[in-house]
Amino acid sequence: MGEAIEVRDLAKRYDRVTAVAGISFSVSAGSVFAFLGPNGAGKTTTVEILEGLRRRTSGEVRVLGLDPWDDGGTLHRRIGVIPQDFRFFEKITPREAILYYRALFGTDVDPRELLAQVDLLDKTNARFDTLSGGQKQKLGLALSLTNRPEICFLDEPTTGLDPTARRAIWKVIRDLKSQGRTVFLTTHYLEEAELLSDRVAVIHHGRIIAAGTPAEIIRAHGRPPRIRIEGPPALADHLAASLGVTARAEYGGVEVEVATPHEILRVLQAAEASGIPWGTVTTVQETLEDVFVRLVGRMDDGALSGEATP
Amino acid sequence: MKPSRIGADIQVVAKGYLRNPAALFFSLIFPIILISLFGLIFSSSGSAVTLYTENFDHSPAASAFLAALNGTHAVNVQIVHPGNESFSAWLGQNGYAVGLVIPAGFGSDYANRTPVNVTVYTDPQDAADSGIVLGAVEGVVNGFNLNASCSSDCVIVSFAQAQIGSQVYSYIDYLVPGLIGFSILTSPMFSMVDVASSYRKEGLFRQLSLTPLTRAEWLTSRVLWYTLLTFAAAGVMIGIGYGAFNARVTLSWELLPFLVVGPFFFVSLGMLAGSAAKTPESAAVIGNIITFPMMFLSGTFFPVSEFPPGLATFAHVLPLYYVIDGMNQVMLFHNEGRALTDLIVVIVAAAIVFLAAIRLFRWRDD
Repeated sequence: MGEAIEVRDLAKRYDRVTAVAGISFSVSAGSVFAFLGPNGAGKTTTVEILEGLRRRTSGEVRVLGLDPWDDGGTLHRRIGVIPQDFRFFEKITPREAILYYRALFGTDVDPRELLAQVDLLDKTNARFDTLSGGQKQKLGLALSLTNRPEICFLDEPTTGLDPTARRAIWKVIRDLKSQGRTVFLTTHYLEEAELLSDRVAVIHHGRIIAAGTPAEIIRAHGRPPRIRIEGPPALADHLAASLGVTARAEYGGVEVEVATPHEILRVLQAAEASGIPWGTVTTVQETLEDVFVRLVGRMDDGALSGEATP
Repeated sequence: MKPSRIGADIQVVAKGYLRNPAALFFSLIFPIILISLFGLIFSSSGSAVTLYTENFDHSPAASAFLAALNGTHAVNVQIVHPGNESFSAWLGQNGYAVGLVIPAGFGSDYANRTPVNVTVYTDPQDAADSGIVLGAVEGVVNGFNLNASCSSDCVIVSFAQAQIGSQVYSYIDYLVPGLIGFSILTSPMFSMVDVASSYRKEGLFRQLSLTPLTRAEWLTSRVLWYTLLTFAAAGVMIGIGYGAFNARVTLSWELLPFLVVGPFFFVSLGMLAGSAAKTPESAAVIGNIITFPMMFLSGTFFPVSEFPPGLATFAHVLPLYYVIDGMNQVMLFHNEGRALTDLIVVIVAAAIVFLAAIRLFRWRDD
């Protein structure tokens, strides 16, 4: 599988502010790539440079083998973009909007088919200014597909949407992937990125602080799996002393790090043998969101300063 | 430049425009209201027609003749003294459409049963006033002949009809090209200033930049749309002017360049003003500063020739003045040479403003 997007040492500066500070990554064709970061991290600047909407200060960028700024006209026929907070002409209906884009791109897509794909068929003839936020985003998604793009750039496509609308957009993203198209996704929802993406990059203060598959990032930057036992702090001390495991009293219970499933049984047997009362047991697994919060927090605290790639 | 893309864009603009009551109001309804109001105020239909009369005979018979005319209540005789100037030319220069001359010796000729003529001056293009005056004079002449107590078929007093030396224009005649100019100015200016700034703020230009539509195609579709709108407004203005207020304007192909270049200029100027502004709010201020002086000082509502000298000079730096003056030359004065000069001024100004707008108007950010 070739690379749909290649970025080397990309930097963007506005006067004295550095928005993107020399980042590198690549996105394989046919994959879903999630680009994550807190507000002001440099996500949107990077995405807009890839889309050819903004000129870079330095570095190399190739999207489908083209320079996005210099070859924007050619590139835009091959990519689809849904910007943050998608807006359109207020008095135009979704059907008319698709017909308009169809004429501009010279394609023959069926408006009904496209609207059905994004679950907006019931609003075919409603004017844009009467659509809800979610419906507007769905129309943006439909329009970004009018030219049957090879890469779809989806900039926070589900922000502010209700769970049903979010799931409708997730389905479209999965469909796109199954059709062999590349999806470049930015989102604030880490669960979304974990569910949908093949690879993830986390950007903060203009630098990539983690990259890889969600599992790789969790493994590299997350805490080991744990079990949580309802019990007093004395139980943590007993387990640590008797088994040599890492056990902490946290949130009114005890969390014990376990490397293997076999260790779980040992911990429970030791708890039972201690004579200390204990109750419900649950397993605790780090999520991408846990790792994201920790990575961003560590960088803000000055503990992490460079690029981290597993 | 691809016509199919321009066509698609015009369709979207047209739908958006036609579904926007405020835009429709200012493009079509407001000018209709203006022409109707001004037409009603200044057409003075329904009252007696003022008949400007030069009386060379001060006999009782002449006085009786004029009193009889006033007695019809269709005309209101007003005695004038043009001096050495031709009465016909005097009427024309003063914009009067009807006049009457009572010749010297009218009273003695009438007393001696010697045939005598009064002369009625009319403007053929003011059929309404001319008809009223001719009817009133004919009635009074018949009455005088009946009262002359001669044989039943004798004719002592008769009237001759003459045309006024130069064309006479009424306010409504000036108002038709003026309000077409008003429409050429306001529709694109108010709309494009807002579009240029708000589309940028809302990211719609960036959205469009991701399609194959080019800036030139986008601007061309706007120019074509506002040209169509101008033709519609011109049709409505001329129709109402003709139909409701007897406006006397001439339609010729020479009007067409003004209906195309005018919108072209103001679409470009609106884009330039909107692109120069940093926010939609400041764009609105810039747009109003440009639009309102032009709206009132370019001859839209009153001929610039009636302005005080200072304002008249100022009017000559306003581009809309040349659009309206050009249309006046074509529709009223038939002065093609001056119309061509006006057109050249507008074309040059439009080219400069269009190039500046294209230069300043950006799809994408650096």
